Amino acid sequence: MNAVEAAALHGSEVPHYCYHPKLSVAGNCRMCLVEMGTPLRDRASGEAILEDDGSPKIGWVPKPVIGCATNVSEGMHIKTESALVSECREGIMEFLLVNHPLDCPICDQAGECRLQEFATDYGRGYSRYIERKNVKPKRTRLGPRVTLDDERCILCSRCIRFSQEIAKDDVLGFVDRGSFSTLTCFPGKELSNNYSLNTVDICPVGALTSTDFRFKMRVWFLKESKSICFESSAGCNTTVSSREGVIQRITPRRNDLVNDTWMTDSGRALYKLVDSNERILRPSVDGTDLPLNQVISQASLNLKNRKIGIVASCHSTLEEQFLIRYLADETHAKVFLRGHFSDDDGILLSADRSPNLRGALVSGLTKEYPTSRLNSLDEQLASGDFDVLLVVGEDLADSGVSSENLKNTDIIFVGSHQNSTSVLSKIVIPGLTVFEKSGSFINRSFLLQSFEEAIPSPVGLKPDWMIYSEILKIISGDYSDIQTFDDVWKLFSTENGSILSQVNFSDSLDHAISIDASEWAGLPFVEKEALNYVPNKHLIN
Amino acid sequence: MSDSKPAERRLILKNADDPNYSNRISCYLREGGYKNLEKAFKMKPEDVGEEVLKSGVRGRGGAGFPAGMKWKFLDRKSGKPIYLICNADESEPGTFKDRQIMYKDPHQLIEGMMIAAYAIGAKQAFIYIRAEFHEGARILDNAILEAKEAGFCGDRILDSDYSCDLVVHRGAGAYICGEETGLIESLEGKRPNPRIKPPYFPAVLGLYQCPTIVNNVETLCNVKHIIDMGGEEFSKIGKPNNTGTRIWCVSGQVMKPGYYEFECGALTLGQMIFDVCGGLRPGRSLKAVIPGGSSAKVLRADERFSGKLKDGTEFDWGLEDIPLDFDGPMSAGSMSGSGGIIVMDDTVDIVEAMANVNAFYAHESCGQCTPCREGSLWMRKISQRMCNGGAREEDADLLLSVAKQIEGRTICAFGEAASWPTQSFVTKFKEDFVRKAMDSSSVRDPKSLQLI
Amino acid sequence: MQNSLKLSEDTLLKIDEVVPKYPEKRSAALMVIHLVQDQLGAVDDKACEWIAQRLELQPINIKELITFYPMLREKPWGRKHIRVCRTLPCALRGSYGTCKTFEDKLGVKEGHIRDDGEYSIEFMECLADCGQGPVVIVDEKTYENIEGKRAVEFADLLIDGKLEESKEFQSYEDSISSKSNS
Repeated sequence: MNAVEAAALHGSEVPHYCYHPKLSVAGNCRMCLVEMGTPLRDRASGEAILEDDGSPKIGWVPKPVIGCATNVSEGMHIKTESALVSECREGIMEFLLVNHPLDCPICDQAGECRLQEFATDYGRGYSRYIERKNVKPKRTRLGPRVTLDDERCILCSRCIRFSQEIAKDDVLGFVDRGSFSTLTCFPGKELSNNYSLNTVDICPVGALTSTDFRFKMRVWFLKESKSICFESSAGCNTTVSSREGVIQRITPRRNDLVNDTWMTDSGRALYKLVDSNERILRPSVDGTDLPLNQVISQASLNLKNRKIGIVASCHSTLEEQFLIRYLADETHAKVFLRGHFSDDDGILLSADRSPNLRGALVSGLTKEYPTSRLNSLDEQLASGDFDVLLVVGEDLADSGVSSENLKNTDIIFVGSHQNSTSVLSKIVIPGLTVFEKSGSFINRSFLLQSFEEAIPSPVGLKPDWMIYSEILKIISGDYSDIQTFDDVWKLFSTENGSILSQVNFSDSLDHAISIDASEWAGLPFVEKEALNYVPNKHLIN
Repeated sequence: MSDSKPAERRLILKNADDPNYSNRISCYLREGGYKNLEKAFKMKPEDVGEEVLKSGVRGRGGAGFPAGMKWKFLDRKSGKPIYLICNADESEPGTFKDRQIMYKDPHQLIEGMMIAAYAIGAKQAFIYIRAEFHEGARILDNAILEAKEAGFCGDRILDSDYSCDLVVHRGAGAYICGEETGLIESLEGKRPNPRIKPPYFPAVLGLYQCPTIVNNVETLCNVKHIIDMGGEEFSKIGKPNNTGTRIWCVSGQVMKPGYYEFECGALTLGQMIFDVCGGLRPGRSLKAVIPGGSSAKVLRADERFSGKLKDGTEFDWGLEDIPLDFDGPMSAGSMSGSGGIIVMDDTVDIVEAMANVNAFYAHESCGQCTPCREGSLWMRKISQRMCNGGAREEDADLLLSVAKQIEGRTICAFGEAASWPTQSFVTKFKEDFVRKAMDSSSVRDPKSLQLI
Repeated sequence: MQNSLKLSEDTLLKIDEVVPKYPEKRSAALMVIHLVQDQLGAVDDKACEWIAQRLELQPINIKELITFYPMLREKPWGRKHIRVCRTLPCALRGSYGTCKTFEDKLGVKEGHIRDDGEYSIEFMECLADCGQGPVVIVDEKTYENIEGKRAVEFADLLIDGKLEESKEFQSYEDSISSKSNS
């Protein structure tokens, strides 16, 4: 542990720019200079030298040392506040501002800029520089999603270290030297990998900015909510920034067990789903818009005393999956499940492109590992085994079910976006996106992580768990004790022999909780070794 | 000042300027070359290291750190290969001694390096030579070929089991490659940004993160002489803690500038300037001397230096009394550095001299760490403005403040190298700066010596 | 790999010789860049990519080096490139005057190439021969004490193409090699 982290443990801030807990130490910004001393020992005997009062005499190093490269050891003393340390900070702040452009009014970083913050806290407060400032390329396109302003760059090299060490895409470097050093890509190359926006997160100033977020919103207007990315089973922790119910951007949240401080670019873009053209906003029966309660009643009617098939989803939350399982038990329905699989990038985009496949296992929806096709459903439909299908968000044509076989079956579709199945459905009930509801996912390491709603749902819609519980109540005539979201949790966590018996929602909202995965140890999980993940080596508390 | 002209002792440069001595191996062998390599190979490697430690020889590249002790810090237990690097980047302004050795007597360097490699158990040795020494690199390449053919270098040296290949690596014109970790980064093929120490001490984590020793050309040549006469005898040359000879490079406004090899402490600065180098030009008087390359603090001609030496004796010197060794200039508040003595007379505009030096450091800063990168350029801009008629009263204090903010806060010693000249010029020649602030003309006197 | 840069057999051979001398390929970067620059005069983006591929690196790794070091160029200097030292010891002996003399005589400002591409002047940092300053390097040969009237003579000889045979201006390198040949 270095001095910066140690001081933070004690609530003492050591300002720093180039140090990042997840990257190698560069030690070039010199902002974290502190005074360091170690207990003196007698040269010959090795005995500790003591002061008059018996405390060990400390030999203070005459020059300040950088905190990020100083590993703390037994007996070491660090001064984070002293005349010398204040001078150092004022000096470094002054040097950083000497060639820095006066861009605050037009810079996106304002409000979350470490140059602003540390200048206020530790700077001298006035400028002594009257010469001309260096001129470098401004607002250049570094890649499809990143804009670079070289004048603002303080040459901390965090972005270069990130590209080399984490994204494994060595495409950034400094050209020229001295104060004219400039960050750039080789002409013809771009910062275009799927982790390019992480460099924007870690850039302490407004040199690297997100082109998507450029000039959209001042950060002090943003409401920040904690969420979980649903792009894949990696389960990156995210922060959803919104204002007045509109999401402005998504950034990663630190979780040392899951995603460190990173997430994919494609995961960040998922907020655009909220307002996409395919969004289902009105409940309907046979193509006619109706109030939600009526549609739910109709659906419940259609699910009573018939031969039912349920196509569940690995995108559903754990709570929804439990409710669907109760529904399946109640109606003796057959449950089908398909997985969404693609390439694993070995970092944070796993081969399993659904956030909660393991939730389907834990909730008992299935005992086997799903494939990406629903071939048995297709066959059973052909044999006329089902009168009605409850489909949760899936696209049946994409899953290998022929539309021929669907001709004689009523489909009840619950989902947030239109697809080839929803347009064939008799009853369409709008579901909510992850941003508009609360729920839990179990990620590839069998970690249970929960999230709360970040923005309000569209007018007239209800969260998916409420829809399923109402259908359940109508069909069974029971379950009247499910009134709130917490009631759902109480229901399934108190099941006989439940592995979730010691868990509650507020805990899993706060931190990731490890789930006992032994029951599914033999299944052929597709994920490959990646960041914080070794296949089949699940964490057990 | 003594009456007689002190005599050089040409230990390293014994044959270099002999008209009948060329840089071919035949001449080197004729003068007893490679005998000490044979002698060293009959000793155990640790014993070779002991001799170097006993000799007390200090690094002649600028830092003056005892070479024997540096070799002792080497991590021999890691199991990783050990490397020896000769720092032939000679870029310190005022220094031109290594070029004489490499161009005129390259085999002495090769022998010294092979002895050192044997002593530390090096797997491979490199000579990092600056790109401007283009012919020097060719001369060294030829010399290495000759040495290889004769079995003094490369595979199975002197028919023993010890092999060590020697590679000449050219730089490309950057001063920062003279810094040992900057050199290692450059040798690895990366931008020569010096490394943070701790943890990257070259003796532990050097080239390719393996234990590495970096020594100056002159230091490595001394290794040969140490084996020749024995460490004990060597330590008797010069003075305690300042052993051996040093090649001093005198440049600037003297009548006979050049390189001169003397025993440490054998003469004073005054004797060097006035006796050996023939004094200043007619009608001129001494104004300032930089004793150890442009990174050293400047000394005023009329300054007095007093205090206590390491052995307790008191001293009270004028500029001319400073003994030329390692500790002398250091006691006077400067340093002997790389041995480059730059002499300035009264035609020099001190502010312009400082501006010249500041421009050098601003240009050569690698740009890695904040204080040096921004501070050196800021100081250059201030000095340039002052020399173009824009000097203000507060500029002298501003320069001091900026220099103070750089010193001690950087990754490598370049921070000190950039800030010391400014600090010493401003502090010691305050009146020149005051005068500059009052003179706001931007028109240069055509008769004045232009330095910026 | 293909020789898209049209490097000579000799250069390619030298590159193949120098790369295996180092334990890691990347270390050979500077030497390979020197060899390519010696033949082509400069290392442009295409050459960067070629060298990067040869050493199994990314092109940005090579471009970083070329823009860092003053002696590595992306665009070539003039056919005759004159380097004059500007650092303090040489400046004290009149190197600024020398540079001005060359600028006037050769018709090009320092840091620039003359329009016809014939001459270029570079006012460089310390060339490590300060005792005999001002120091001037032409075509890798180091000339000493080039100031005042000598600078004027030197420039005239250079323009007339008679510098090589001049006995008055013997380069440092020639004075040494004349010993080797005797």
